[in-house]
Order: sequence, then structure tokens, then C-alpha cells
Amino acid sequence: MFLVDTTSTATDERDVGGAAQPMLIVRDLKKHFAVRGAAVRSTARVHAVDGVSFTVAKGETLGVVGESGCGKSTLGKLLMHLIDADSGELIFDGGAIGTRDMPLTQLRRNLQMVFQDSSSSLNPRLSIETSIAYGPRVHGASASEAKAKARDLLVRVGLRPDIFAGRYPHELSGGQKQRVNIARALALDPRMIILDESVSALDKSVEAQVLNLLRRLREDLRLTYIFISHDLNVVQYISDRVLVMYMGKIVEIGAVDEIYRRPRHPYTKALLRSRLSSSPDERIKLAPLTGDPPNPINPPPGCRFRARCPHARDLCATAEPVLEDGATGRKVACHFAEELADA
Amino acid sequence: MTDITTGNTITFQGPPAVSGGAEARSRGYWAGVARRLRHDRFTLFFLALALLIILGALIAPWLGLPDPFQTSMARRLKPIGFKGHLLGTDELGRDLFSRLVYGGRTSLLLGIVPVVLATLIGGLLGVVAGFFGRGVNMLIMRVMDVFYAFPSVLLAVAISGTLGGGILNGLIALTLVFIPSLCRIAESATVQIRALDYIEAARATGASNWSIIRTHVIGNVLTPVVVYASSLISVAVLLGAGLSFLGLGVEPPTPDWGQMLSSLRQSIYVQPLICALPGLAIFLTSLSFNFISDGLRRAMDVKA
Repeated sequence: MFLVDTTSTATDERDVGGAAQPMLIVRDLKKHFAVRGAAVRSTARVHAVDGVSFTVAKGETLGVVGESGCGKSTLGKLLMHLIDADSGELIFDGGAIGTRDMPLTQLRRNLQMVFQDSSSSLNPRLSIETSIAYGPRVHGASASEAKAKARDLLVRVGLRPDIFAGRYPHELSGGQKQRVNIARALALDPRMIILDESVSALDKSVEAQVLNLLRRLREDLRLTYIFISHDLNVVQYISDRVLVMYMGKIVEIGAVDEIYRRPRHPYTKALLRSRLSSSPDERIKLAPLTGDPPNPINPPPGCRFRARCPHARDLCATAEPVLEDGATGRKVACHFAEELADA
Repeated sequence: MTDITTGNTITFQGPPAVSGGAEARSRGYWAGVARRLRHDRFTLFFLALALLIILGALIAPWLGLPDPFQTSMARRLKPIGFKGHLLGTDELGRDLFSRLVYGGRTSLLLGIVPVVLATLIGGLLGVVAGFFGRGVNMLIMRVMDVFYAFPSVLLAVAISGTLGGGILNGLIALTLVFIPSLCRIAESATVQIRALDYIEAARATGASNWSIIRTHVIGNVLTPVVVYASSLISVAVLLGAGLSFLGLGVEPPTPDWGQMLSSLRQSIYVQPLICALPGLAIFLTSLSFNFISDGLRRAMDVKA
């Protein structure tokens, strides 16, 4: 089972729900962390991910953007079940995760992750080959099967097995290590991969190579990606849709072209305006976003962005905006999205 | 991002010219350690000395030495080089060289076995405490703290005194003394490793905790634990000798360096050189293991 003919693009026999069934449905996912060092019965909690709902269609790439600390990485780890959610529902290809339809072991085979730090995500004591073969070994492949799989995958990610298989992480460059991490994520033949800032730590030129590798793998292996990044340009390059997070909540979600062309949430607008541009006409004169996000411990009622929002009104302080459906599957969480659309 | 081309040409990132043969082949971690050790003559010398002492102790009965228990009232406290006695005789006229070699058997037993046992037990407890955290960590580490509160000599004497003399009780006492410190080293190393992404990645494959500990944790905890344990051997030799000196370790007439030092003490004004010999044996053994430990740390710490 580990030697699936990866070159074929025929219909995937693992596809349960058909093309119309989303690969992943996330409903009202919540994770609040207790604040460390607080009094024993303290109610202080960091609302890292606070009621997030979205779907990911088969074969698409969903970009997740937002400032540091907005809950992007927590979201990734929640989806991977590396940390347990407080509440919420996850459905992978029609099967609720943790039930008989999609037990956790089966999810592990279907969903994998590539981490940001290419160095610390490889065991320094294991050869590249052993690191990649570990997953298949855990899932019952024989040593030789797993080894053959690892070598196949090295070729797939553009590293010659005869040179790299026996090497150790400290002998590799950052880009090579990240290729190995991608190979390791592919070792269980997953259908979906969460890329958590996977190219952020690389040099620009290497980043471009790895991004192209990711695109190629997506076509060849018909993968679905969740691409978490703070780099708006990279997200635009690789994503079909984009999800904007602010303080644990989704403020806007929709097709990448639309959102980048006409952002509707004030936060998205500010975020996009803060991008660096090579064109002198588009130079930023004033920082579009000032100040830090408010303290995420027990956030106040109302809109979480209101303290930094140039359009905030009385309503924003009392009522929390909900993520509302707009045209063409686009959703915005702002009371005045319609009004501000032309602003 | 317009500069990104969508071309699918992926160039191999290998070194431009592979210089072929053995140099191009990658070496494992332990091969690197061995290579660095081979170039460290200082450590090699003390490694050889320690091996010589251990070997002598192991094959003592087959060395054709004089009987270490044969007393002689006529030949008491003879100096070094006295005929028939390479290093002279002790206060009962027994051959001192023979007793030193035989004494190495018990002294090294007390020095090495407790450290090995404590490394296994303490290391495993530390890894478990560090890996599982929370309640498990609290339980294990607080118990260790209780042991840690006592000075090691006092603790060894107290345990050994409670259990009574004899080699076995001495071994148990020393093992118990060394477990807490090794447990702490293993625990702190494990806590550091546990936070790294490769552990998360292993979890993401659905591997069991024990599989992760075996494959990913132990190998990385081993370096600090082994380095520290090797430095403990010299401490254990000293502590074991101390116990025997106090009459808690080995019972006479079994030769043991500490016990020999204790009984020769009374003759220090008669034959000072002879009386210092067991101490010299303890010193050399302890020194060797200390330098081996230093050498191991240098060889194992290198991150390239």
C-alpha cells in the first residue's frame, strides 16, 4: 500500500465523497489556552482559535494569513490533532474525525504537515532516509518497503537518493532540509498537507524553488494544501482561496484574486496595503496598521479589530460581527462591509 | 512574485563535483565521535590506562601473582622492590601489588556497576518524566528532589549503614545515590527535545509514545547522559573506597582500595610510601575516568 503508483492521475480510490464533497469541513473550532502562572482558579484564557468555520475543497489550496499570534499555527496544529480542540467539529472527506468513518490513524495517513523550522523538524541523529521511512514503518511497512519509498520520495522532491539518502540533517542546506521535510510529509501518501510557514525561513531564491516544487507535487499527486503564511505575496502565488485571521477569528475568506483586488474587511485592507511593492508609485507613506493587537486574554465584547480600525463606530463596541456570506462564496466579518466596499 | 517562473525543471542540489569514494559518503554520528576520539591522544592515553586497570582486575587470578591473602609476620611492611614483592607488603605481610590488582576488582565493581545501573534507571525515569510531563513529571522529579537534598556521601553512608556492610549493599547504596542526578540530566534534555518539531512530526504520523521515545528521544538524550555518567565513575570509585574506608563496603580480608587505605593508615609513619599506594590507585583510576569523560564530551558535543 505504500508503493502506490504515484505517477498515475487516475481517479483516487481513496476518494470517498466524490468531487463535490469538501476535503475538510471545519465547524466552530475553538481552542482557549489557560494562562500559565495565573492563580489556580483564574479564568484568564488566551482565545487562540475562537470559533473558526471553513471548508477546503478537494484539490484547492487555501492560504491562511494574519499577523503573528493571530492563531494561524494553532489552527494548523488543531487540524493535525497535535493539540486537542476545546470544541468544534472536523470532517475529513465526509467522515467526522474520531468516529468510525475517519479514525485518527486513518486521518494521519490522509493529512500531514510540513513545519516552519527545517532544522528542528529533522532528528539530527537519523539519516535522511530513516527520517522519511519512519512514518511508513509506524504504519506497518517492512524496512525494505519503507526504504524504497523514502528513495522514491527523495527523487520526487529533487534530491538524488544516491547522494542524500545516507546523509544527516547537519550536512544539508536549509532548502534541502525543507525538501526532506516535504518528502517525509508525503511518505504516508496523504491527500492533504498543512504547510505551516514552510517556506518562510528560506532565502528568496530557494523559497521560489520550493514553492514551485510544492505546485508541481500538487498537480502530480493531486494534493490539497492549507498554506499558512504571513507572507502575502507567497500566499497569492500559491493559493486558490485565502482566509484572513485576526485574533483567533476569521475576518474574511474568499477567492484569492477577489480579496487581493478588492478587500472588504478593514483589517484585510490594511494588511494588503502593508505589503512591500517594487513599484515607486505604490510606495507606502504611512503605516496602514498602527499599534499591536489587543491582549488576547479574555478579549472584550464587540469587534476585536475596533481599537485599530479607522472606521469603528458605536455598534462595533457592543455587537460582534459575524462572518456573513457575500457574493461568490466570499464572507466578511464586518458590520459595515457593504458601506466600506466602495471606500 | 512575478519573478517566479512556473517551470518544472528541478535541478538536483547535490555538491557540484562529488569527490568520490569514502570521503563523499556520509558518516553517522557515532562514526564522527569515534573519528574525533581517535585524534585525541590525551584521552586515548587515559582510555588505555583505564582499560589496563580494568583488564588487570578482570584477569587477576590468571596473572600468576602471589596469594593476596597469604600473611607473614616476618615480612610486614617491607618497602617497594623487596625481593619477591614488587610493591612491598602490607601490615600483615601480604603482597601489596597482588592486593592492589585484586582490590581493583571490588573497587571497579563499586565504581562502574552502580553508575551503569543508575544510568539505566535514572535515565529512563528522567526520559519518562520529561516526555510525559505534568503529573508524571511531578511525581518522579519530586521524589528525586528528596534524595537530592542530601549530600551524596552522607546519603551513601546512610543507606549503606542501614542496609549493613557487604559489596551488594554497597552497590545498592551507590546506585541509589547516583539515580537522582542522572534522572535530572535526562529529564532536562528530554524537555528540550520534546518541544522540537521532529517530535511533533513523529506524532503527526500517529506513532506511539514509546516508538517516539525509542526512535527520537533516547538517541538525542544519550549524549549528555553518557558524558555525565562517565564523569560519575570516578566519583563512584571514590565513594566506594570511602565506604570501605569506613568499614561499610567490603569486609576484610577481601582486598579493596578504600579498605586497604584504611588499614594501612596506622602504619603511615613506618612506611609512608607503601601506605600511599592504594590512594594512588584510586587517584589514577579516578583521574583516568575524569579525563575520558572530558574527552567524550569534546567528541560528542561537536555539532558539525
